[in-house]
Amino acid sequence: MSIKSLSDRLARLILLPLVLFSSTVMAGFDELNMTQGVTPISQDIYGLHMIIMWICVAIGVVVFGVMFWSIFHHRKSRGAVASQFHHSTKAEILWTIVPVLILVGMAIPATRVLIAMENTGDSDMTIKVTGYQWKWEYEYIDEGVSFFSTLAASSNEARQLRSNRDPNKVEHYLLDVDKRLVVPVDTKIRFLTTSNDVIHAWWVPALGWKRDAIPGFINESWAIIEEPGVYRGQCAELCGRDHAFMPIVVVAKEKGEYEQWVAEQKAAQQAAAESGDRDWSMDELMARGEEVYGTNCAACHQANGEGVPGAFPSLTESEIVFGPKADHINVVLHGVDGTTMAAFGEQLSDAELAAVITYERNAWGNEMGDMVQPSEVKALR
Amino acid sequence: MSEAVAHHDEHHDHHPSGITRWLFTTNHKDIGTMYLVFSLIMFFVGGAMAMVIRAELFEPGLQFVDPQFFNSMTTMHALVMIFGVAMPAAVGFANWMVPMMIGAPDMALPRLNNWSFWILPFAFALLLLTLFLPGGGPAAGWTMYPPLMLQTGDAFPFVIFAVHFLGISSVMGAINIIATVFNMRAPGMSFMKLPLFVWAWIITAFLLIAAIPVLAGAVTMLLTDKFFGTSFFNAAGGGDPVMFQHIFWFFGHPEVYILILPAFGIVSQVIPTFARKPLFGYDSMVYATAAIAFMSFFVWAHHMFTVGMPLTGELFFMYATMSIAVPTGVKIFNWTATMWRGSMSFETPMLFAIAFIILFAIGGFSGLMLAIVPADFQYHDTYFVVAHFHYVLVTGTIFALFAGAYYWLPKWTGHMYNETLGQWHFWLSVISVNILFFPQHFLGLAGMPRRIPDYAVQFTEWNMVSSIGGFAFGLSQLLFVWMVIQCVRGGAKATDQVWEGAHGLEWTLPSPPPYHSFTTPPKVTDAVAHS
Repeated sequence: MSIKSLSDRLARLILLPLVLFSSTVMAGFDELNMTQGVTPISQDIYGLHMIIMWICVAIGVVVFGVMFWSIFHHRKSRGAVASQFHHSTKAEILWTIVPVLILVGMAIPATRVLIAMENTGDSDMTIKVTGYQWKWEYEYIDEGVSFFSTLAASSNEARQLRSNRDPNKVEHYLLDVDKRLVVPVDTKIRFLTTSNDVIHAWWVPALGWKRDAIPGFINESWAIIEEPGVYRGQCAELCGRDHAFMPIVVVAKEKGEYEQWVAEQKAAQQAAAESGDRDWSMDELMARGEEVYGTNCAACHQANGEGVPGAFPSLTESEIVFGPKADHINVVLHGVDGTTMAAFGEQLSDAELAAVITYERNAWGNEMGDMVQPSEVKALR
Repeated sequence: MSEAVAHHDEHHDHHPSGITRWLFTTNHKDIGTMYLVFSLIMFFVGGAMAMVIRAELFEPGLQFVDPQFFNSMTTMHALVMIFGVAMPAAVGFANWMVPMMIGAPDMALPRLNNWSFWILPFAFALLLLTLFLPGGGPAAGWTMYPPLMLQTGDAFPFVIFAVHFLGISSVMGAINIIATVFNMRAPGMSFMKLPLFVWAWIITAFLLIAAIPVLAGAVTMLLTDKFFGTSFFNAAGGGDPVMFQHIFWFFGHPEVYILILPAFGIVSQVIPTFARKPLFGYDSMVYATAAIAFMSFFVWAHHMFTVGMPLTGELFFMYATMSIAVPTGVKIFNWTATMWRGSMSFETPMLFAIAFIILFAIGGFSGLMLAIVPADFQYHDTYFVVAHFHYVLVTGTIFALFAGAYYWLPKWTGHMYNETLGQWHFWLSVISVNILFFPQHFLGLAGMPRRIPDYAVQFTEWNMVSSIGGFAFGLSQLLFVWMVIQCVRGGAKATDQVWEGAHGLEWTLPSPPPYHSFTTPPKVTDAVAHS
């Protein structure tokens, strides 16, 4: 963040008491409350949240009111003489029963909403959400469409340590992705969440819930989005170094537009599948490899390939990179057990894997000079 | 016979000086002092980590630390503050006060006492040194959820070992407190005459003995999963990562009450003293504390509503959690009723105790909101939760510990502390701590997840406010250290009773009390029993 914008923000801070309620200057300070969201359930939750908050405020006002009245009037400096009572069965029964009744009053609407939330039946479509360190995979189960969604490049550059980029100048900083999850409005969508490595949590506040993505288990939840729009969220369960950098963007479209989008995705996926059946040139592999490396590998091994000593191995002095191609392909395909090195075989196509391995063997002054073709990757799967 | 006893006592009074006094001491006061000094030092170690966190979160973008280091800061901050500050400080208070309050000469198991303290510095050396190991310190959160925890580098076995040590230390401390209270009460000091601080500690000690071995089991299973090929928490081997969370929180929720019950005990001593009026509803206070402790074993899954439990499970844990509000409410109402029609004065201990009641209640309210499962699906793992547990633990536990420290320092040192300094410390702390934590409610509701080193720009303003509050709160604590040093070195001579409204056996002893608190059992009358 530049000094200029820092000083702007500090100036706003100092002005806070003066202009708290004239809010155009104070956009950031307006973010005070839970979103009402865009699903019937999210609105119910907002309602529950507000009711319970106001009940708590009311109890607080009464209890603290009594306490402050006492603090003001029953002080020694005002000549108060202590009475010596220390018991009152009536009062004690009263302040046990009344809270019980209030709690029952809260539990009834909460139970009703919870039962509705857990009813994932009668859904019109299913999307499987899989968490990876640190990106999301979306699979449209009925359509056969699937893709990965990672932090947008603009945010990714600005979020590097001491990048000297001003996050305020990046559009939707940390809340933007390369490929968005597109869904239709007014449709009961069932979300299946799971994970490929550690536990993540998929959370879009506008949908009203978050759900853990747990390796080896599948969780169900659902949403009916009523308004077209773009809704942003983040991973909500600590999942390692880049936990803060795996956002979620959901685009809700009218049904017609959604169908059109699905058709486009199917065509694009077909084209990508065919690209794995031919031989690629060195320039093609290096260019594609650099992109793939940036999205999938740079978070740990760093953009310059030097890794982080003690945590993530360097690729510029690596026995695997400088060894036979087959070993290198195997490590990337199948991962390394007991480390953060994931098995990318499930995540990347043959062409992408061939490109990124070629890139690693020939970038940053590595001079292996060899190429890996998609067919070689396919053979080792 | 009496000659032999006298000789025996003399022998004990002749204690070594210098470092060996502290290394080999079996005296409850010396050990209590070491616990308290240790926890004060760790308060600044954990506080320094919090300052790193707040500095990085002052504005969006990564300015100071790598995300991995940030994660190890949040992890270590929690471990240090829970196991290095709140728990040892509470044990320190127990060591000093329990024998004096029940009319005993010392703790029942003095050598165990020495050992349970001296494990701590080694355990923390082990834990803190992991920050310098290849791969850095533990960074999977203090909750250590697998599979993420299993990705920890060389630090992993050291962390597990340190946690085992800390657990052993706590359990030994708990055994000692139970043995002391059950066996060494002065004649006439029946259970229902015990000061509430002692009651709170007995119940805490039972919680410790029940809960800590569960944690030990959980981390041992992590260890075997990592090094010995077991699959307790690995779905691919037939295990279940969620099972860890169930086991962890079966320890973790009672742990929450382990941290807060001694604080309840301290506040129950302070409020009647400065209201100059007996505690309202002593019996119901004891029963409410016991009820809270018992119920704490049936609510653990409210920490993990989003893992995908069956509906009936979610409903059970929601209702059970909400029902804890009833005994907790009873305590708040009893304290308020104690103040009602009293004759109050507002020395520093009373100020911290009143702030405790109000701010702890605010933490209780947000806790009630978090119990509502549908709403929890929004709140869970956001800054709303961070705000909630800091209200409960900082303005709750830590404020009560401050209240206790100001309350008993004159008794311990024989000198009055500097009241002006105490008042400054209180007002600076209570204002800055609210600037620090209140905005975090807004951040969480607006959608900021916890445990992130960088955030979207709409969260900037409240993070700045929170960080400024954090720096101010951190600096204010230096006043406390200065006050303690001053008080130990000198000051106005404290009387035996110290406070006009103080009742209880500890106030019948001189200030400072003799090396062995009660060498002959005191006479327990209604006047010196619980106030």
